[in-house]
Amino acid sequence: MGHAEKKRCDMTDRREANNSSAGQVDHPDPKIKVRELTIHYGKVRVLNNLSLDIQKNEILSVIGPANSGKTSFLRSLNRLNDFEPNIRMSGSILLDGRNIYKDLDAEGLRKRVGMIFALPIPLPRSIHDNITYGPRLAGDHDKSALDQLVEDSLKAAYLWDEVKDRLRSSALKLSGGQQQRLCIARTLALKPEVILFDEPCSGLDPISTAKVEESMMELKKNHTIVLVTNNTKQAARVGTRTAFFLMGDLVEIDSTEKIFTAPADSRTNDYIIGRFG
Amino acid sequence: MAKLRKFKEAIIEKLIFLSGIASIVFVALIFIFLLREGISVLRSTSLGAFLGGKFWYPISDPPKLGILPLILGSLLVTLGAIAMAVPLGIAAAFYIAEVAPSRLRNILKSFVEILSAIPSVVLGFLGITILVPFLKRFLDLPTGLTAFAGSIMLAFMAMPTIISISEDAINAVPREYKEGAIALGATHWQTLHRVIIHGALPGIIAAAMLGIGRVFGETMAVMMVTGNAAVIPNSLFEPVRTLTATIAAEMGEAAKGSPHYNALFAIGIVLFVISFLINLTADLFLNRSRRR
Ligand SMILES: Nc1ncnc2c1ncn2[C@@H]1O[C@H](COP(=O)(O)OP(=O)(O)OP(=O)(O)O)[C@@H](O)[C@H]1O
Ligand SMILES: [Mg+2]
Repeated sequence: MGHAEKKRCDMTDRREANNSSAGQVDHPDPKIKVRELTIHYGKVRVLNNLSLDIQKNEILSVIGPANSGKTSFLRSLNRLNDFEPNIRMSGSILLDGRNIYKDLDAEGLRKRVGMIFALPIPLPRSIHDNITYGPRLAGDHDKSALDQLVEDSLKAAYLWDEVKDRLRSSALKLSGGQQQRLCIARTLALKPEVILFDEPCSGLDPISTAKVEESMMELKKNHTIVLVTNNTKQAARVGTRTAFFLMGDLVEIDSTEKIFTAPADSRTNDYIIGRFG
Repeated sequence: MAKLRKFKEAIIEKLIFLSGIASIVFVALIFIFLLREGISVLRSTSLGAFLGGKFWYPISDPPKLGILPLILGSLLVTLGAIAMAVPLGIAAAFYIAEVAPSRLRNILKSFVEILSAIPSVVLGFLGITILVPFLKRFLDLPTGLTAFAGSIMLAFMAMPTIISISEDAINAVPREYKEGAIALGATHWQTLHRVIIHGALPGIIAAAMLGIGRVFGETMAVMMVTGNAAVIPNSLFEPVRTLTATIAAEMGEAAKGSPHYNALFAIGIVLFVISFLINLTADLFLNRSRRR
């Protein structure tokens, strides 16, 4: 991974950077601290000097029109961008005060910062195997502990009751909504501290969406959550705070109520009432 | 209007059907022709004596038409080639698809294409002038014209097929699978061997089979470097003669309708059947990899 090495050096540590641009000054100890994050793909800049904090036990909703850099931002938080061939990054991202590109190894980071994708892609194996996949990769093979983990994870993802009688059948037989909750359970099995959701409900019907949102609200109690969504109503429903991205810029970040009732920037208002995007 | 379109579609459908049928008909005709010319070999020898006979003296009187040395020659050269080309080719495919930085990847891919474009005579020519003397000197053999030299030549010929088809299979593994594993904390290497090999395996096996099929029927380069001695080989480092080389070398001098002539056609049948089986296996695996 030659390019990953290079990027790591670009990511300068700026712990002392000014906090006031980050929306909330009253939390001295954020879970994730992003400072002056800029991302280029080749010559195209997709994120522009972004600074924000993500607090413990909050759901930070990220909204914005297509191509505003929401996914790129999310993928930089667990270093999934490491595999992009011509990406360039600068700025810093701190998890509990430690620079994720310099002080942490990528695999360890990804276990602490889990990711749920828009398209749920279970492995073509059983439900049980899907959930134990991550722990087994990490070298955990204790059978009874794994069985317990499967149950706990499925319960936390609000899927246990629907699948408890067929844990050994193929995950591909589940419905789309169930597959998405299985992917959530699979991530939870790694006991992450932060969970990143990238439009997790874009392919789901309203009932499945409600179930996913319900599990997010529950997960918030013990996790820090970042939710990228194209659905502003969803952001309003579940977000503790909401950030509005536009063309790679962070326009505004504030409490969800403020963003949806009295945004400071007129562009935020335009987006929310559906004038563009 | 709708009627006209229906009519057009019916015609196009029929044409496509005909071209599909044509290829079947050609294969059938070739096989019938081979069968008609080759089957008469059973008038001068039994099936067992033909396939299992240890001596190929087609112009002695009476001729001895045992093709076992030729079958073994072909198998030995092919197996040697497989042993080299399959592991190397698959490893190269993985390197190109998953590890190499993009500049190097493009360079390597063009090299593979160039390799596949070299005519087999030219490879054979390089084999005779460079490889054979080198083997003789380096391994201290009585002659460098050996099954081993043929295997090396054939490995060169099979590699481009194996590399490019395996690479396609690796690239066809959905990006979402890889990212899913990576997001669950898998290392790059774990992702390679748990997710990507698993997903690409049928395609990789098909690639190997097609590579094998490609070299099994190869004639020119093998004929030039293997020494062409129709005796049962004891090791890779002895001269051998393959089925294909036998047909190519002797067809010109066999009198039409003679037992020798018929035997060469019968060898053609044997080649046809073996190649068919190899390709059939490859097809089965390719279909399996596409269905996912
Ligand atoms: N791997 C990549 N290589 C090059 N450009 C990319 C890559 N990924 C994203 N981009 C570009 O970066 C810009 C931001 O993309 P991103 O996916 O972050 O937007 P987004 O806000 O998530 O959009 P959407 O709402 O459509 O998901 C887009 O213009 C996109 O084309
Ligand atoms: Mg996106």
